[in-house]
Amino acid sequence: MLTPTRHLLQIEGMHPPEIGALLDLAESYVLLNRSGKTQRDLLRGRTLINLFFEDSTRTRTSFELAGKRLGADVINMSVANSSVNKGETLLDTAATLNAMHCDLLVVRHAQSGAPALLAQKVDAAVINAGDGTHEHPTQALLDALTIRRRRGRLEGLTVAICGDVLHSRVARSNIHLLTAMGSRVRVIGPPTLIPAEASRLGVDVFHDMKSGLQDVDIVMMLRLQKERMSSGLVPSSREFFRFWGLDAEKLAFAKPDALVMHPGPMNRGVEIASDVADDPIRSVIKEQVEMGVAVRMAVLDVLSRQAKRND
Amino acid sequence: MTDLLITNVRLLDPASGLDSQGALLVRDGLIADLGPNLGRPDVPTLDGDGAILCPGLVDMRAELGEPGGEYRETIASAALAAAAGGITTVAALPDTQPAIDDPALVRLLRARGEETGSLTILPYGAVTRGCLGTDMAELGLLHEAGAVAFTDGARAIGSTRLMRLALAYARGFGARIVQHPEDPSLAAGGAATQGELATRLGLPAIPAAAEAILVARDIRLAQMTGGAVHFAHISTGEALDLIRRAKADGLAITCDTAPPYFDLNETAIGNFRTYAKLSPPLRREEDRLAIVAGLADGTIDAIASDHQPRDADDKRLPFAQASAGGTGLATLLSVTLAQVHGGQLPLSHAIALLTCRPAALLGSRAGTLARGAAADLCLLDLERAWKVDAGTLPGKAQNTPFDGRALEGRVVGTFKAGRRVFG
Repeated sequence: MLTPTRHLLQIEGMHPPEIGALLDLAESYVLLNRSGKTQRDLLRGRTLINLFFEDSTRTRTSFELAGKRLGADVINMSVANSSVNKGETLLDTAATLNAMHCDLLVVRHAQSGAPALLAQKVDAAVINAGDGTHEHPTQALLDALTIRRRRGRLEGLTVAICGDVLHSRVARSNIHLLTAMGSRVRVIGPPTLIPAEASRLGVDVFHDMKSGLQDVDIVMMLRLQKERMSSGLVPSSREFFRFWGLDAEKLAFAKPDALVMHPGPMNRGVEIASDVADDPIRSVIKEQVEMGVAVRMAVLDVLSRQAKRND
Repeated sequence: MTDLLITNVRLLDPASGLDSQGALLVRDGLIADLGPNLGRPDVPTLDGDGAILCPGLVDMRAELGEPGGEYRETIASAALAAAAGGITTVAALPDTQPAIDDPALVRLLRARGEETGSLTILPYGAVTRGCLGTDMAELGLLHEAGAVAFTDGARAIGSTRLMRLALAYARGFGARIVQHPEDPSLAAGGAATQGELATRLGLPAIPAAAEAILVARDIRLAQMTGGAVHFAHISTGEALDLIRRAKADGLAITCDTAPPYFDLNETAIGNFRTYAKLSPPLRREEDRLAIVAGLADGTIDAIASDHQPRDADDKRLPFAQASAGGTGLATLLSVTLAQVHGGQLPLSHAIALLTCRPAALLGSRAGTLARGAAADLCLLDLERAWKVDAGTLPGKAQNTPFDGRALEGRVVGTFKAGRRVFG
């Protein structure tokens, strides 16, 4: 048994063996995908609904591809053309989905805890594809897989997570996963974008890139939303880039072979310079996307087996 | 009119210091006599079976749903919940729809209380028109109509200038301003207390200091104006320290708290449990302990239910979008008694915080077992155990933050003007 629960709502609370097993399975899907073969019988007759209350191209497409490669019937529902905009509540939506006999429900929502609320009410296995500023578990899994394939391990590595940690679900999931797997994690950002008591999550907090990036193995950049400037958390994007944007000069503080990661979509010239983002040797941003499909196949695989057992 | 003899009870009246076995005689709805030996007057008799007989509770802070929130609670349904909780007098918050910013609405609420036959409603008047925080309401006319004090309810008076003027003006009528002590710009959009838990859950957070910041400002304004400020539902040790000092300095500063703030801490919001989403939000354990200490040392003047009825749909939402507030009428006494059973608070002190102390703050004669006073009474079995179950609570609203809590001590009878209204 890989995961004891029906759903994948958060990384927090997952045990290292579960995470390791999921990554092993995902690894096998990387090889399968690269060989051009598919495994269309695994989820045959199963329905996967992508329920996205927030715009996303990358994550939705990745789940869609993962579901189709495993043979599921995949339906995309986005809020723009759903009745949620007409005043239907989240729980009305849950009732509708139950009536459709959905097996796997992938949810993205702007509110922390929304997938957990849905999970209480739907029969399907719920996969959190990003909820507010809470968690984005499959992103952390794909980041871990990317690192593990490049470095052969997670244990003992030093990973810096940089930028808007306060509003980042990617940062939270990565902190939980990496600390559980024995990496040392630093967070770097202006004090207004570091969550309260971040160190209680087992990370070291830095406010300047020079000392924070010293000797790190992995530099993980986060997206900075434009509204952080309008809400006064940082004065301007150019000031942010000057102090916390990753360029070649700041990257030089890290280990010479340190890898650069970004969950996308990138704001070039805000949190990352184009030459760093496109560096063919240091940047693994495109690889992260490839790992995303494999990791989501592994998650769908495990949760559907779990559901079969419960049938 | 109602005549009744209640025998075999432990008479407990903190206002007079009475605590003894005895009986209480009601004639024409008033307390005619009480003491160890009242003979055998020719009236119907109720055997109290050794229970405690204390004054009916005076709850100085509750939202009753009317006008405008009838789908959440009505005065009739709130009266049922109050009676089950031993409460016979309640101060109603004015941030309703419309707000209680007109003398006619004050009179209406008083009359609606009388219609229930079980609950006296003491209305608060709005400090500002519509409780919108901009223009001062007609405090004098509201006061004349029977408003017991002024507050904007769950909304803090954020403008320093407005608070200064309201304090100064209300002082002329001898009235208090009751503040929701939370700096509005720090609290905007927040759903939980800032700290490790909110960080882990990814919830928009309010620093606990938002309370102390407004308390410090208002203490200074009270000093400047000579006005009286009452801070509602105090929830942090830091604010309590400021209040303790202000009281020692002789300022007209008082405060209350509510059961969630001495019985629960922030971990009750656990996995996004919206029934534990309150305003102010639940705090850390250190703050809970500070509130417990503030009850014991007398810094806290009263315990209020802080009853905030919500509909299921208000709560079945993602945490940050769910409405804040919990019911409290039916659980006020029992949750307070947990402090008594736990040894942190003497019984008579606990009952004082629920009866004569809030009554004094509201300028009400209720809350005591005095001869000639209305026979508003609460009969209490100190040992009876029960479990809070959201869904089966008396009244309409079921959004209790204490769902599943096992409690010891329960109201077995409530009397309004000598008439049994519960039990």
